[in-house]
Amino acid sequence: MTNDLFSTDLVPLAILGGIGTYAARALPMLVPGIDRLPPAVLEYLRLIGPAVLGAIAAASVFVQGGAFTVGPEAVAVFAGAAVGRWRGNLLLGMVVSVLVVLTLRATLGA
Amino acid sequence: MSGAAATLSTARRRLVVDSLGIWVIAIIVGGIFGFTARQGGLSLVEAIGFSSILFAGAAQYAAVGLLAVNTPWPSIVLLVWLLNARHLLYSASVAPYTTKLSLKLRAGLAYLLTDEAFALTTAHIARLGRIDVKGAWYAGFTIFIPWNLSTIAGWLAGAALPDPATIGLDVVFAAAMAGLAIGLVKDRAALVALLVGCSSAVAAALLIDPSAAIMIGGIVGPLAGLALFRRRA
Repeated sequence: MTNDLFSTDLVPLAILGGIGTYAARALPMLVPGIDRLPPAVLEYLRLIGPAVLGAIAAASVFVQGGAFTVGPEAVAVFAGAAVGRWRGNLLLGMVVSVLVVLTLRATLGA
Repeated sequence: MSGAAATLSTARRRLVVDSLGIWVIAIIVGGIFGFTARQGGLSLVEAIGFSSILFAGAAQYAAVGLLAVNTPWPSIVLLVWLLNARHLLYSASVAPYTTKLSLKLRAGLAYLLTDEAFALTTAHIARLGRIDVKGAWYAGFTIFIPWNLSTIAGWLAGAALPDPATIGLDVVFAAAMAGLAIGLVKDRAALVALLVGCSSAVAAALLIDPSAAIMIGGIVGPLAGLALFRRRA
């Protein structure tokens, strides 16, 4: 952990990441023609969202200490995602995840 | 009041109501990002830089996670770009409604086009049948302002905050990512992309390296979904 307030060493990394991010957000609005990309490319781009976000969640809850684990965290995240999808409310899903993980940890002593 | 004005007023009220949950999420997740960034060794200025310049929640968390395992910058940048490539579609979806706006206005609105802003903006457009520039700005700043303020608060309060695990907040980010991912599943191709992305990420984390997990999941998952799409086409 650092207590450094003003280090700027990683700001260039934010800028580099921001360049591609802004390009993705702006190009279709500034340079029309994105709709003329091949359908397969558009489809691939559309599918990146669920794949990457799911990958982040799965890797963080199913892999702990270098081993495959199905613990309270995985159950809680799955339950929260299911409730969030069912009710169309992401915030509710997150609350459910917190409540489930706390309950399971208290019950299992995890 | 004219009918059109009443419609605009009603739509804006609905926009504000819809945005309340987004404010809460931005405050919580932004605060946790600030805390996580501090834990990951980022300075306050760097954390602010990530939230204001990069301004993309999942990518910010992923970047901090990859920095923690000493991933080279080019890999992090590539992952961030891949992770945010979906914004091309958001922008392409909104673009037809912005063609009559000035270039500066379009450039500014594009900067704020996050997942949540896109969701609010498209719903607002659907209600009005056209873009409402003030509504679009509101949707964008609904994320940008609380996200950045809570990043600062989370970083500053980091030492004073309890261990997130003791109050269950350690699962909030994964829950948000999973919820957003499932929310994006509209058809079988997206479901396949999600499931293959998840499983290949877990396999990569176990067999290769945790830093490769998200990248591999993000590349392999869409390919699997695309295979289904092309077979159907």
